Amino acid sequence: MPDNLTPLMRTDHKIILDFIEPKSKVLDLGCGDGTLLSLLFQKKSCRGTGIEIDEKAIYECMAKGLTVSHGDIDTGLADYSDKRFDYVILNESLQQVLHPKKVILESLRVGKKIIVGIPNFCHVRARFQIFFQGRVPVTKELPFQWYDTPNLRFLSLKDFRYFCRNNAITILHEKGIIGQKTICCRPNLFAHTGLYLLEKQT
Amino acid sequence: MTPLDLNNIETQYFTFAHPPDELILESKETLGPITLAYETYGELNKNKSNAILVFHALTGDANAAGYHTGAKKPGWWDAMIGPGKAFDTNKYFVICSNVLGSCKGTTGPTSMSPKTGKPFGLSFPVVTIQDMVAAQKCLIDHLGIKKLLSVAGGSMGGLQALKWAVIYPDYVASTIAIATNTRHTAQQIALHEVARQAIMSDPDWQNGDYYGKSIPARGLALSRMIGHITYMSEQSMEEKFGRKLIGKERLGFDFSHDFEVESYLKYRADNFVQRFDANSYLYLSKSLDYFDLAEDADLKTVFSKARCSFLVISFTSDWLYPSYQSKQMVKALKANDLDVSDIEINTNYGHDAFLVEVEGQSKLISHFLDRISKEITYA
Repeated sequence: MPDNLTPLMRTDHKIILDFIEPKSKVLDLGCGDGTLLSLLFQKKSCRGTGIEIDEKAIYECMAKGLTVSHGDIDTGLADYSDKRFDYVILNESLQQVLHPKKVILESLRVGKKIIVGIPNFCHVRARFQIFFQGRVPVTKELPFQWYDTPNLRFLSLKDFRYFCRNNAITILHEKGIIGQKTICCRPNLFAHTGLYLLEKQT
Repeated sequence: MTPLDLNNIETQYFTFAHPPDELILESKETLGPITLAYETYGELNKNKSNAILVFHALTGDANAAGYHTGAKKPGWWDAMIGPGKAFDTNKYFVICSNVLGSCKGTTGPTSMSPKTGKPFGLSFPVVTIQDMVAAQKCLIDHLGIKKLLSVAGGSMGGLQALKWAVIYPDYVASTIAIATNTRHTAQQIALHEVARQAIMSDPDWQNGDYYGKSIPARGLALSRMIGHITYMSEQSMEEKFGRKLIGKERLGFDFSHDFEVESYLKYRADNFVQRFDANSYLYLSKSLDYFDLAEDADLKTVFSKARCSFLVISFTSDWLYPSYQSKQMVKALKANDLDVSDIEINTNYGHDAFLVEVEGQSKLISHFLDRISKEITYA
């Protein structure tokens, strides 16, 4: 496909684009500089808005012609009424929120479906570091030392599946990502990142 | 036609509401004829779709940008309005009018009453933000504009922008509300009341009937000093003045000015007295205090009338119009599924930031307007 954006597109973004139906209304929680939202607007004719805490990132979103709200994820969802969005996206942000359970349930309230992307803290390399070095893992994908990490929550794909089961959330899709590729075999061991398409059981 | 470089700008005048078709004010009193002083910058395009109405704050005027012939200072929002600036006059047709009740060319307490042939003074009716906006609407109709690309303003200007969005929703494609709120709070009213009392307790005020006599300069200066304090933040005052002494090496142990901040306030206030009318200050501050967008309803219900996109900007150190008030506004806008972008800019400049923080605001506003223009073109 002749497309100058695709080669540069991040794997997680590609998967999220596949998850989302065209012309959907989306809310991107922790939208950063708006790269994903911008892709969704251009390639999927989506509309919607982002929420972002970093002031500098707000300017970048606005420069991309996006609608963006300056605020934190923990409190930002209360403003919206039920099922306002087709999709709520929580990519690479869930592990940094104060009340992840509340945020997920709130996202399922305002969105018909939600997309959650989480780093896998039980990736094989992390397990090796814990087991053989006796140290909390610091890897390329989890680059932070314990004293300066923005992450408040440490979980694996398996932990997340348990969470969904216990909270009446249906996993419509699970994708494990390793580097630029998706993997199907034992994602909880090999995937750096997990991406989920979720829906609330009725 | 406005010169593109915004030199030799001239104020224009539009007179309407001639009796018996006077403007009916919110107070149910009538007023007419009314003259609005206004200026325009840039060119109105063929289908009249590139017009932006900007609103000045409490003591501003129609000269938002560019230089009047011989003027040393440009308009009050010149940093934001002009070729290549946030409100790019190469693309947009920018209009600014002086508000009803002011003293900068628009009908107000200094104008001649048609009944008495003397200045209105206190016989001028109390006007509200809604009345100001109703008068502006007459100007926009006169210019033949059916839809404004944007209505934009900071502080009192923001109140007018919000009022436009809810009472003339069909006329507004977008609203830019900066350092503003949806209702004046007790603290804001209290600060204004102190300023009004300063004017009214000046013996020269004479119940507002001082025209042609000595003006209530001390009262007006005092009210402006109070105002100036509210426009700055503790940090910005500390950075600008600290405890620096003025014209002396050590404390004087008397009641002359010791500190630089004292003489600054006096200097600014004395300047202000030369350029502003005390009665207008009373009327305009009253219009702010009366402002409550929601009135008896709740904010969500009021904004259900709006249909445009919003950009809401607030500032961390603004204690006169604190950010949380903007956030409440944003909440109500979101509850109505309106398209709203908002930002709280980190700054030490206090309420003044809306005039001072040019770089960040320019980016936000120019990109926002770009998007709105495109949406209008494709719609």
